[in-house]
Amino acid sequence: MPPHRLRFCLTLTALLSAVAGCGGPFPQSTLAPKSDYSTAVDQLFTDIFWWAVVVFVIVEGLLLFVIIRYRRREGAGEPKALHGHTALEIGWTLAPALILVFIAVPTMRTIFATAGRAPEGALRVEVIGHQWWWEYRYPALGIVTANELHLPVGTPILLEMTSADVIHSFWAPGLGGKRDLTQGRTTRIAFRADSTGEYWGQCAEFCGASHANMRLRVFVEPDSAFRAWAARQTGAPAPPARGSVAERGRQVFARSACLGCHTIEGVSRGAIGPNLTHVASRTTLAGALFPNTADHLRRWIANAPSLKPGAQMPPQALPEEDLAALVAYLESLR
Amino acid sequence: MKNWLTTTDHKRIGLLYFWTALAFFLIGGLEALVIRAQLARPEGIGVSAELYNQMFTMHGTTMVFLALMPLSAALFNYIIPLQIGARDVAFPRLNAFSYWVFLLGGLFLNASFVAGPLFGAPSLSVAPDGGWFAYANLTERQFSPGPNIDFWLLGLQILGIASLAAGFNFIVTILNMRAPGMRMMRLPAFSWMTLVTQFLVITAFPVITVALVLLMFDRLFGTHFFVPAGGGDPILWQHLFWLFGHPEVYILILPAMGIVSEVLPTFSRKPLFGYTVVVYSGVLIGFMGWGVWSHHMFSVGLGPIADSVFSATTMLIAIPTGVKIFNWIGTMWGGQIRFTTAMLFAVGFIAMFIIGGLSGVTHASPPADLQQTDTYYVVAHIHYVLFGGTMLGLFAGMYYWWPKMTGRQLSETLGKWHFWLTFIGMNLAFFPMHLSGLLGMPRRIYTYAPQLGVSSFNLISTVGAFLIGVSVVVFLWNLWRTRTKGEPAGNDPWGGATLEWTISSPPPVHNFDVIPTVTSRLPRWTATRMRAVPEGAEGAPGPIHVPGGSWWPMITALGLPLMAIGALSHQVWVVLLIGLPITLVGIYRWAYEPFEV
Repeated sequence: MPPHRLRFCLTLTALLSAVAGCGGPFPQSTLAPKSDYSTAVDQLFTDIFWWAVVVFVIVEGLLLFVIIRYRRREGAGEPKALHGHTALEIGWTLAPALILVFIAVPTMRTIFATAGRAPEGALRVEVIGHQWWWEYRYPALGIVTANELHLPVGTPILLEMTSADVIHSFWAPGLGGKRDLTQGRTTRIAFRADSTGEYWGQCAEFCGASHANMRLRVFVEPDSAFRAWAARQTGAPAPPARGSVAERGRQVFARSACLGCHTIEGVSRGAIGPNLTHVASRTTLAGALFPNTADHLRRWIANAPSLKPGAQMPPQALPEEDLAALVAYLESLR
Repeated sequence: MKNWLTTTDHKRIGLLYFWTALAFFLIGGLEALVIRAQLARPEGIGVSAELYNQMFTMHGTTMVFLALMPLSAALFNYIIPLQIGARDVAFPRLNAFSYWVFLLGGLFLNASFVAGPLFGAPSLSVAPDGGWFAYANLTERQFSPGPNIDFWLLGLQILGIASLAAGFNFIVTILNMRAPGMRMMRLPAFSWMTLVTQFLVITAFPVITVALVLLMFDRLFGTHFFVPAGGGDPILWQHLFWLFGHPEVYILILPAMGIVSEVLPTFSRKPLFGYTVVVYSGVLIGFMGWGVWSHHMFSVGLGPIADSVFSATTMLIAIPTGVKIFNWIGTMWGGQIRFTTAMLFAVGFIAMFIIGGLSGVTHASPPADLQQTDTYYVVAHIHYVLFGGTMLGLFAGMYYWWPKMTGRQLSETLGKWHFWLTFIGMNLAFFPMHLSGLLGMPRRIYTYAPQLGVSSFNLISTVGAFLIGVSVVVFLWNLWRTRTKGEPAGNDPWGGATLEWTISSPPPVHNFDVIPTVTSRLPRWTATRMRAVPEGAEGAPGPIHVPGGSWWPMITALGLPLMAIGALSHQVWVVLLIGLPITLVGIYRWAYEPFEV
């Protein structure tokens, strides 16, 4: 390769890696496994990947060699007509077959190891997919929450999943592969998270207008932190102080359309939208779409579909004062 | 004009297919550019979720049914009768019917972009928005109340009729109309792969038709085939769709494999290495393609046994595919390779198809697939297979046979610009998608958070996609300038081995003055020496019967979209009193049309 062309190639490579390198830290990566399930998958993928690299180098190398070595040269005679070669044909049939055995055996092993079976005493969480948010129920703990899943580290987890409407797919790549949620069926994911942290995920099966906005977070916590969270989530939150803005907000909630769809323990029993009993304890809103701040909450209540296409909560034409009070009330639901 | 509307000449129909499919290819390409523009940066550039969902649905649907399949059909139509030494296809009027149904079905589907006001929709466009796979129950009336999905269901039923008619036509043509002496194992590889493709068409399209009819009944008449609350099962849709959908992948790739198996020998000056193996592995792929469909459904949770079985069958299909690649390399080995544009595209096909095949093996493993499916990693895979594979193969075929079809050569200089822009553009566009997918970017999302860290990969993909756009402009310019500036091709500009190169370019209406007698697999190359044999047999031709034109195929076809419009607008009278009678009268008059026109 002439020096100027070499320099060009090096510059191009450096440029591309510089552009690509500024990403990160990749909260939704499949390449940073943090559970027994995702680690098993990652090891399997790594094995297959290197087999693929070997085959890639051999076959593309062969192709490159042939097109360089056998390009037409002046004065060369007609090439010899070769119609085939039986030994070669057998060879290049058996070689890939052999490689596939090395891929298939660990594949089968991993299929059965990650088939959604959890040991006795696993923490069971019911996951229900809705257009476009996630409902989580902890039957043993009596907790109902949305979009943000809290799990204890090092404990076997069993997600039992179904859908209230169309097909969704639960995917938190750091913790495991995806699994579809279908109305009328129950599917399972079993895993044990290895390290604490905040994991991102989102719906992976196209589910309509706001498919892109059906996101989720998983908080894997030390046992004590998880138990503290669970204790806060059970039971009704403290009622707002008499005469406070939040108290006024609670009255607004109770006489508005809100209660038709949302549950707040001790206030309303709506079953269409997310349970709001401890909404202020969540870090995000609207399917893990926005940070849970007063401003986002206000804009969300005022006109949800403008922030999340197709959102089923209609715009609420509340007087500014009522809206502010309602936000203050919801912010108090820790 | 009338000659073109009533034509039953396979060559004219081939050209009609070509120009129509090219127009749809451009539309599908523009849809891709809208998608890529929106994803160029996180949070998008303002394309709405609704429009974006229509764009990726129509991009997939258009490229599969209106661009790749009919571009292959254009080459089948033009080349197959010439390759097998026939004067036309077996059923020339049925051939015309296929084309008109395809055109009208494509127009019907695309009319949804401007049909909004007719349905009282708030937007101009009511294009299909359920993905090219249209998974139930999202596509049931309850969740997709508009006419969007109806356009898709009815449009695909129309297009299926075109494909089925063409499928039967080409099977009969290839089996029955071969020149004397052309035994099956002397059939050119492209004709062989076409035959396998058409068997897949006539077996796979009935499956999708059943699925389409069931979903249409759910939407129009309130049946519950895919409604869980009514005892139906949305997973059934996925089985039916992919039972069609996977053979469809081979319907798209086998013709390109056939093209490459013609182009490589011609420009290496060597016969196809392992012809028998290449042919049988194509047939084997055709059979095995029926046993792998659930690998599109690993995330459904069919259970570890089913996952293991479909994983194994999927890995097995890699073997005959790999064998083909080795035989193509064997074809070039020891040759005298001339890098014409057609050859560049054929070699590009092999290089890119290897990458698509290898990423395919990574998601033949269900646990790995559960991290990859429905992410951009799979988007990368299918584009390496269907663009790097099928589309590069089709470009190779166009550059190879264009002189035969028009009598003029495409510019090699522009052709090489076209190739390199395409090659660089597609790798810039599709390679980073492997990474954005593995880093957690799902597909079919109109927006993504900057925190995912995939913004720069997406920007590179967008730049690559627009580069492909530029390359297509170069190709169009090449086609356009060739009309007047292209060098005359002569009978055989490349030194090809098969029968189409023995006759003039473009060929006369009746193709062959005298039907040749075939004595070897490579009629124009002698068996031992690579020397072109003298052209054609001598002798004065007798009177040749050439079928005249007919209006009835087009009129028969015209009734189909009219019936679809009736179903779409819930007006039974349009179906019964307008659409159906037109088609019935068309069939009746067609059946009794005098033989000599």
